[in-house]
Formats: sequence, structure tokens, C-alpha cells
Amino acid sequence: MVEVVRHDVLIVGGGGAGLRAAIAAVEADPKITVGLVSKVYPMRSHTVSAEGGAAAVARDDDSLDMHAKDTVKGSDYLADQDVVDYFVAEAPRELTLLEHWGCPFSRDPDGRVSVRAFGGMATKRTWFASDKIGFHMLHTLFQHSMRFDRIVRYDEQFVTRLLVDDGAVRGVVALDVREGTLRVYLARAVILTTGGAGKCFPFTTNGNIKTGDGMALAYRAGVPLKDMEFVQYHPTGLPGTGILITEAARGEGGYLKNSEGERFLVTRDYGVGQKAELGPRDMISRAIVQEMLAGRGIKGPYGEFVHLDLTHLGEKKINERLPFVRLLSTTYVGVDPVHQPIPIRPVLHYMMGGVDVDIEGRTVLPGLYAAGEAACVSLNGANRLGSNSLTECLVFGARTGRHAVAYARGAGDGSESRLRGLGEEEAARIDALRGSRRGGEKLARVRHDMQHAMEQGCGVYREQASMQQTVRSLAQLKPRYDALALDDRSRVFNTELVAALELRNMLDVAEAIANAAAARKESRGAHTCSDFPKRNDQEYLHHSLVWFGEAGPRLDKKPVTITRFQPEERKY
Amino acid sequence: MSQLRKKTFVITRFDPDKDQVPKTQSYEIECRPDWKVLDAINFIKDEVDPTLSHRWSCRMAVCGSCGMNVNGEPRLTCKTSLAEYGDVVEIEPLANFPVVRDLVVDIDGFMEKFESVKPWIIRAKEKAPEEGTCRQSPEELEAFRQFSMCINCMLCYAACPVVANSPEFLGPAAIALGHRYNLDSRDEGAAERNERFRGEGTIFECSYANECSEVCPKNVDPAAAINQAKLLAVLDWARGLVLPRKGGK
Repeated sequence: MVEVVRHDVLIVGGGGAGLRAAIAAVEADPKITVGLVSKVYPMRSHTVSAEGGAAAVARDDDSLDMHAKDTVKGSDYLADQDVVDYFVAEAPRELTLLEHWGCPFSRDPDGRVSVRAFGGMATKRTWFASDKIGFHMLHTLFQHSMRFDRIVRYDEQFVTRLLVDDGAVRGVVALDVREGTLRVYLARAVILTTGGAGKCFPFTTNGNIKTGDGMALAYRAGVPLKDMEFVQYHPTGLPGTGILITEAARGEGGYLKNSEGERFLVTRDYGVGQKAELGPRDMISRAIVQEMLAGRGIKGPYGEFVHLDLTHLGEKKINERLPFVRLLSTTYVGVDPVHQPIPIRPVLHYMMGGVDVDIEGRTVLPGLYAAGEAACVSLNGANRLGSNSLTECLVFGARTGRHAVAYARGAGDGSESRLRGLGEEEAARIDALRGSRRGGEKLARVRHDMQHAMEQGCGVYREQASMQQTVRSLAQLKPRYDALALDDRSRVFNTELVAALELRNMLDVAEAIANAAAARKESRGAHTCSDFPKRNDQEYLHHSLVWFGEAGPRLDKKPVTITRFQPEERKY
Repeated sequence: MSQLRKKTFVITRFDPDKDQVPKTQSYEIECRPDWKVLDAINFIKDEVDPTLSHRWSCRMAVCGSCGMNVNGEPRLTCKTSLAEYGDVVEIEPLANFPVVRDLVVDIDGFMEKFESVKPWIIRAKEKAPEEGTCRQSPEELEAFRQFSMCINCMLCYAACPVVANSPEFLGPAAIALGHRYNLDSRDEGAAERNERFRGEGTIFECSYANECSEVCPKNVDPAAAINQAKLLAVLDWARGLVLPRKGGK
């Protein structure tokens, strides 16, 4: 018999969006309880790795309109403008709350929170805590969440299935990784805040846990994924590991230089104009690849790279503003940025796409919500601006948490016996998978082949032939997945079983990414097709949707909300 | 480019379903010269023995998941170069914690200690967001900033001789965290936390071994936090004798 636990609202994922949603939910109603289910202890969530800062209008030289305009332009006009307007208006309030809750933001001499320049932003509006904002934001939210007894944590629980009964989500089934048993969690509303899916790719800034679990759960439950073709390559990752070197390094004045020591963003026309190194990420990543193609990259043991030069900033500024960059560069590539330029190359960083939700965080499936990177609320469109995503976790985590509470009040519970039955079924499925040898395929090999297929077809530059090849390669990986030979039959902390479940999730998310990419025959934001180099508003000014189907995905579209900012050529 | 080097990893294995006591298993693999200890463990997991269990995620020294004892010392394995070691490397789960399986330890006890210091801002009257942010000078920030850098990797518990003898000891990271909030100019909760600090198994158990600060991968210096916390807790207590307590909590 599976154990059954019940809460009013269930949140899957304990990173920035999940914690903010949990806090908002218990504050919205003094009687409800929230179950916070996470596959890791919340402080391990990947929010922890964000470095540069979080955006919100803070100074007199700035305005909500300017932040909105930058965000829409950065999105290559694929952001929903009502969502953007709500976001920029709520951003200062949310960051102020985070400050009240103890986040150790860096300060100006007068005691105000400092702000720094970031890519694609017209003025300084990125709040920061040296270069570890993600770490501080996550720990602040996690520690603050401990004030609320009504937030009940279930750590190291891997959700394997959404429970749907009578047309609505009623809970989830999760594997207790420590015990090896399955448990049913019932709730009238479920919020997915599981983050992105960077591990679908071989070279990524993302941690090992970023396997698109929530996206895959929603997708398989019949909820479309939106704008999945738009994956962000961050311009500056360390060769080999892919470890992130924050955009704040350029915000503080760092230069990008090619093998000839030339600041190519200044000397050549890559469309970033006066912004130079502070152009948006899609453009800078393309510029770096162009430099490499032109023979101005530098060859290294882990492929070509260019230089991120901070030496002119001086040791004091680097220690004060970019101490983590210094530690990462010194520890992982043996380069002290005070004295030498850092080798960097574009690296997969972020999913603009995700579970299709409206401004309240609602999916098409009643009772199912999503927020943060797992969701696509259409704030980021075809290209996210750096430092908007942490704020997004707060703004839409909070709104979604509140809305889920309001929904849960009026929603039914579904049939507990039927839901328990589904839980038993799921427990049997997971038991059968544990340590099963269904064929001779090795898990690490299938995962490797998926990652390389994604790199081939869904890189910084894409073309029809290679995208189609990736779609075919991924389809061939599914039968190989079904023929996995697993070795670990133990119940307790079986990480091979978890990795197998994660791989299944990644294969589904990868399928959505590749199919959406192949269908968009234009270049917009981070989706750059060599065979269709221009943006095509006539045919493609729409969101793309991918629906799950046993025989393969079904593609669909959805209009973009355009209010104040009409699409125009994106030039900086 | 790379000169592969053969190394032997002697790894502690324990599966509560099968084993009465932990045993060791050796793996000989070819290592790249730039690998961290975690890279070798991940290689073994992926290519040699998928039944090996360990925790890891960010591989950039910030999520705090991958602490283990390496050749007897607590280390963050994603930050520790293999080059530091010879041909034989011993990997054990973090000392002073119950073992769940292989290299995975039970941290629930730590989480309870962590929560018990009330690691959140406590104010008599909470500020409304409409009032804007609190002013905090760079000096006020600097007073606690170092103690806010803890990634909860728990290396300090594995190194602490007091934890080794009395597992209920509140321990370095939790004390440093409580102290961090006590020092924050936005906080008014020091009295509550000091009460906790003056209780059983807390700051006065510390024997000044300083091991915690030596193993800390983030230079948090929990030993300094404990020493400062002792002083402040005593002063706070002494003030309580002389002056009437402030009303309420």
C-alpha cells in the first residue's frame, strides 16, 4: 500500500520560484498547508548558481517603460507585452521583499542597494550581491521559508507522475529516494517549479539536476510546451566544464577579445552598436562563433575559445565585485583574471521555453500551474535578458502561488480511491524499472548520444538538415531507452534509477526542443537558422506549441500579445 | 594533449539492505590531469559501476552537495584537484554523519540544527514593501557578510572534534548562521537566538579546535563566528540581569 499525504497546494521544486510560490501561498491564506516536494534539499537547487544579479527599476534615471522596452526588444518581439508590463511593475516590490528578508545585497556608500549594468539593459538596474546573487537569493528564500510551519518540506523526493482524475490535477506520485518507496501526494493545485533542462545538452552551465522534470511531467500529461526552440547560449562559459562566468564581468567593464587581441564587438559590426560587450546574449554568442569561423578563435584542449579580459579592472574591483569569477577561473582553468584573460566560449545556459502558462501561471489542465524556468509565461520570448530570470522566479512564483491558493479553495479532491489506485500502478512501474535489464543499452551512453544530437542540431547556429537529423536521432533513442540495462537493484538511494527517470524526462524535452526548432523557418532571438537568416513576422510572429503524442509530437501555435511596442528591426 | 594517469580509488560502499557494516571497493581508472575528485567519481559511476551512490550537482563549488572525506579529510570534491593526491585515493562519506548509502550521508539532524537558530530576519514590526529597502551601509554589510557565505556543505561538522563526541552539538555552520543574523543591522532577533545559543550543546561546548575554519571551502570562518557569538551571548545575558527584558518576543 502506498502512503498518502495531503496538502492544499503542492509545489514540485524547491528553487527560487518554488520557494517564492510556497511563501506567497501560505501568506495568501492562513489556513492552508503547502507541501514542498523537491528531488534535492532546497539549498542545492540550481538557482544557487546564478551569479550576476536580478533586474528591477531602482533609480531615477530609469522607468518601468524602459525596462519593459528593453525586455520586449531583447525578446525579439516574442514576449507577451501584458506579461512584461506586469513583470516590470512588480519587480521592484519583489526585490524589496527579498531585501527585507535578509538578502545581503551589495551597497552603495549611502546604504542603498547597488545596481550594475547588464546586457541589453538601457541603464543600471541589476541588483546584486557581489557575484553570487543566486546563492544569496536561494538561501534567503529557503531560510525565510522556515518561518512558516505550514510549508512542509519533502526533501529528496523525485516526482514520477502527475495524478489526474476527473479532468483535473489532484496530486503527484513521488519516489522517496532515501527509502526507495513511492508516496502519493494529494492536493487541489500543483505548481511545477523544477527549472530548466540544460542537461539535454553536453556543454552547459547547468548543474546535474537540470533535467527538465516538470516540463516532461506536464508534457506527458497533455499540457503543451511553448517556445521550446529558444534555448539561450550564454557567451561566457569556461571551456571543458561549461562553468558560468557571469555577464556581470562585462557589466563591470570586461572586454571580449579574439586571438588578435581585438575587441571584435567594437571593431566589427555584429549588430550590438554602442552596447559592445553589453549587447544581448544571443548576439554576443553569435559574434563569438563568427570570430571562430573566421579563424580568430584560440585553439585549446576543449575546443576553440576567445578571451574575456578583466585585467584592466584591477585586483581591487575584481575582488570586490567579481570574487566568485576569480575563484572559478583560478580553480577550474588555472587562470587568475587579475593577471590573464579568461578563456571562454558560448555555453548552453537557459530555456526560454517551458510549460505553457498564462499570466496567472495556469496551464490548460485545471489545477496544474508552473513558474520559473520550468514555465513559459512568455516574459522572455526568443531571447531572455540577463538578470530578468531571477526576478521572474519571484514575480511569477508569487503570483502563481497566490492564484493556486484561490483555485484550490473552490476545487474538488477527486476520488481518493482512484488516485490511490493510480499511485499503486505507478509504484509497480517504478519497481519494475529498478535494476531491470531490458536490453543491452547503457544509460550513460544513451544520455551522451542524446546530448550530442542536441548539440548537432540545436546549437548557436542551426540549419534545416541538421535539425531534421536531430529529430530522427532522438526518435531512435527512445527504443534504446526502452532497452536499458540497469544494474542497481537496491531500494535505498538508488541514483541509477533516478538517472534513468531523468533521462526519460530529458528525451521528451529534447524531442520538443528539436521539433519546435525544425518547424521555425526563420531567425529570431536565440533561434538562428543559417538557411533562413531573417526574422519573418509574416509567418512566424507567434508562439510555438508542442503537444505530446505517443506517435510523435504535434505542433501548434499561439498568438503573441502585442500592446505598446510594435515589432521593428532589432538593432542596438 | 592530456597525459592520462592511472589512479586507484578506494571507495567506501554500504547498502543497508545488504551490508551489516561498510566495506571498501577499489576502482582503477585513467584520470585526466585537470580532473577534480568529483570527475573521477562521476567517471566510475557512468562507466564502471552504476551502483555507486553519491550526491552532486553544480560542480562549481556553490551547491554544497558533494562533500566527502578524501584521504581522511573532509573536502568539497568538485573543488578538489586530483593532482593533490598520489596513486591511491580513499573516498569515504563525510565523517560524523550517519550513512544512508555509499557516499550519501543523512543530513536531517543538521537541517534541524540549522532551523533551530531561526535563520531569518526577526523584527518587532515588519517593514512594508512600500517603505522601500532598508538602508545598510557597506560597513554594516561587511559585519556579517562573511558568515552569510556558508553553502551548507557540512565539511565543518565532519571535521569538528566536538561533533565527533557529541552529535547533538549545534555545530559550526548552524552557529555561524545564527550569528550572521544577529550581526545583520536589519535584524532584531538576537535575544531569541542567544537564548538558543546559551542552551545545552551549543556555543560553550566548542573547544577552539579551529578545524571547522580550516576545512571550510568558502572561508566562512565558523570558528570566529562561534567565538564572537559566545561573547555576545554572555553580554546579552549580563544585560538581562541588569536591565529589565524588552517586552514580548
